[in-house]
Amino acid sequence: MRTSPSLLSLTIDSAVLNLSSLPDHIVIDLFLRTLRAGKLNERVLKLFIATGKDEVFSLIQALNIRVTVTPVLPTTIKDDEIDIVIGAVCSDLTSFMNEWRLMFSRFHLIIVKDPDMKEELRIPEGFNLDVYEKPDIDQVVGSSTSVLFSGYACRYFGYLVSRKKYIISVDDDCLPARDPKGFVVDAVAQHITNLTTPATPFFFNTLYDPFTEGADFVRGYPFSLRSGVKCALSCGLWLNMADHDAPTQALKARQRNSRYVDAVMTVPTGSLVPISGINIAFDREVVGPALVPALKLAGEGKFRWETMEDIWSGLCVKVVCDHLGLGVKTGLPYVWRTDRGDPIASLKKEWEGVKLMEEVVPFFQSVRLPPEATTVEDCIVEVANAAKERLGSTDPVFARAAKAMLDWVNLWKSVGSISSSSPAV
Amino acid sequence: MVEPATASQAAAPAMPKLKDELDIVIPTIRNLDFLEMWRPFLQPYHLIIVQDGDPSKTIKVPPGFDYELYNRNDINKILGPKASCISFKDSACRCFGYMVSKKKYIFTIDDDCFVAKDPSGKAVNALEQHIKNILSPSTPFFFNTLYDPFREGADFVRGYPFSLREGVPTAVSHGLWLNIPDYDAPTQLVKPLERNTRFVDAVLTIPKGTLFPMCGMNLAFDRDLIGPAMYFGLMGDGQPIGRYDDMWAGWCIKVICDHLGLGVKTGLPYIYHSKASNPFVNLRKEYKGIFWQEEIIPFFQQVVLPKDCTTVQKCYIELAKQVKEKLSKVDPYFDKLADAMVTWIKAWDELNPPAGGSSAPNGKAA
Repeated sequence: MRTSPSLLSLTIDSAVLNLSSLPDHIVIDLFLRTLRAGKLNERVLKLFIATGKDEVFSLIQALNIRVTVTPVLPTTIKDDEIDIVIGAVCSDLTSFMNEWRLMFSRFHLIIVKDPDMKEELRIPEGFNLDVYEKPDIDQVVGSSTSVLFSGYACRYFGYLVSRKKYIISVDDDCLPARDPKGFVVDAVAQHITNLTTPATPFFFNTLYDPFTEGADFVRGYPFSLRSGVKCALSCGLWLNMADHDAPTQALKARQRNSRYVDAVMTVPTGSLVPISGINIAFDREVVGPALVPALKLAGEGKFRWETMEDIWSGLCVKVVCDHLGLGVKTGLPYVWRTDRGDPIASLKKEWEGVKLMEEVVPFFQSVRLPPEATTVEDCIVEVANAAKERLGSTDPVFARAAKAMLDWVNLWKSVGSISSSSPAV
Repeated sequence: MVEPATASQAAAPAMPKLKDELDIVIPTIRNLDFLEMWRPFLQPYHLIIVQDGDPSKTIKVPPGFDYELYNRNDINKILGPKASCISFKDSACRCFGYMVSKKKYIFTIDDDCFVAKDPSGKAVNALEQHIKNILSPSTPFFFNTLYDPFREGADFVRGYPFSLREGVPTAVSHGLWLNIPDYDAPTQLVKPLERNTRFVDAVLTIPKGTLFPMCGMNLAFDRDLIGPAMYFGLMGDGQPIGRYDDMWAGWCIKVICDHLGLGVKTGLPYIYHSKASNPFVNLRKEYKGIFWQEEIIPFFQQVVLPKDCTTVQKCYIELAKQVKEKLSKVDPYFDKLADAMVTWIKAWDELNPPAGGSSAPNGKAA
């Protein structure tokens, strides 16, 4: 039972909504007193910023006050259930790690250095991490198998040795993005939210993710499908340099992605999707072995334009998820992908990947997994055998990919799993 | 807080696209005052107004709009006994407007839908966006993670096969709603205050093989490509169900579009939906549908159309046959509905005779 408002409370309520109607000197005084009283939190700071008064901004700058992002994870998830895996293709991770510090520093990190890289890794202090380099990889998997993990694929080694439930992985040339309001996007929290809310692959919801605040299932959505299924993988997006292939980026040299689409959605079952490895997260316990370091282009290089390994891996994951009734989400969070490399140089060097997709997509569209394949490992073996059979003669890269997938499953069984293989949900 | 644009904020485009190729179909029972707000965007176009309810009432159309109006008497006169397939006392009657139109494209909108504002405060020209959606290809065979690759500032992502980048013709553009979201009655009862304030700046193709709930509040389609399948079913007076008209049409068109290799897009544009209908009234109308849809959805998910169904009409007749075969056991209503579907096609073909000779296939059978 609310008591009726007093004149004082009404005045405070209206002032607190909008401080810009107050005279400047009163706003400054309020600001300083709030600071001294130790009551300046993020919400209050935003209120003062919203006044647009220059003196407030000068004070904020002079006192070096910054809006800190406190990652808000779903309360059911503990920090020690998450590993952040970074594949280091660049040697100097200093600015990368510093930019992500607020979001990464409370979690355990696994950094895997590209075994082909000669330079020393440079990593700033203040993180809880394990670093793996070529000798470590050789020791765990044997030097003949370690070739699986060269280049961008080095991160898969991190997936292999992690013992956490959730893994989040971003490329080392990506920084935190800002949303249209100017606030820094907590990619970790968003990925975890995606993974810990159900996916809805059997029927498309026109308001996108029904489990997000302010949204729901629309009229006409069958009730029996509203509990959804477990989300196994969350594919995020990129502002600035979007993940285009070399021909596209070369053609549209100045195009940068500035469109922030405020949505997460489930990719429907039966629909294949190119899952970029630049910004992903997955439930390792549920779907770990399905992320396979398999498709290595003959001319694979150190720019994403020169690889297709993540696309092949993502298609495996989607096919397996569709078979086992798991979900894949796409959309938020965004990361800011920095300009790096020259698409024309990449195009001259490596366009094989673009050509191969013409074979890859019809192959995955035609893969049928038998009902007896009830575990992720079984499914991957089936896909590998199908790839060898149907694509092996088209191009040796596919025969190698099939073998790599089988090697990976074996590795997973011996090194990767801490318990028996993940059952179908 | 989301608000609609004011009439002065809407700025008319310099060249209204498809002015002579598009009809705007509006079902109404009360008045068309909402058109004032839309004037700068919609005035260049021809309106087809389908007046539901009491035919003796006069519907006032704001001056300056070019329109034709049909009430129940007109429908009965034009269709004769076939008028039985057109619903009475339900906005489903709007599909009569699709049938009598002579244009290639249709835009349909409800009379409680106003102009929305985008996050920058600019008024959204919904029709212009629908036209952009319909005139650019769809990509149903492979999901593009950057959504519609034909939009300015977007493109196909790495890994998208070049052979699939031409896309297919877009048959339907499904828009969304700010403010009052299109929830069913149970959700409305549980969340009476929820408002859709999230402006998702995306258009995307609904993948082949995936069904969706199509809302008729803010919809555009290519009559030539899919018109005959846009039958909004038997609802309202004398029928056991309501508020499933657009849903039914949506499941039918998606199955047929998938079969014929046509695309369906959803997302932008947004309109501002102002009126929340009474959830208790809605519950009474939807009640049976909530149970029936559990049978209907698997039916549509499993429908296979034979290869010789190369036109929309043939697909639709085949669908009607399967509805009669497989859904009649759910309720005798579906028997009636299947008959009405056939009547609709007959009426459509009568009013839209093919130009010179037998109808050509209007799409490639999958």
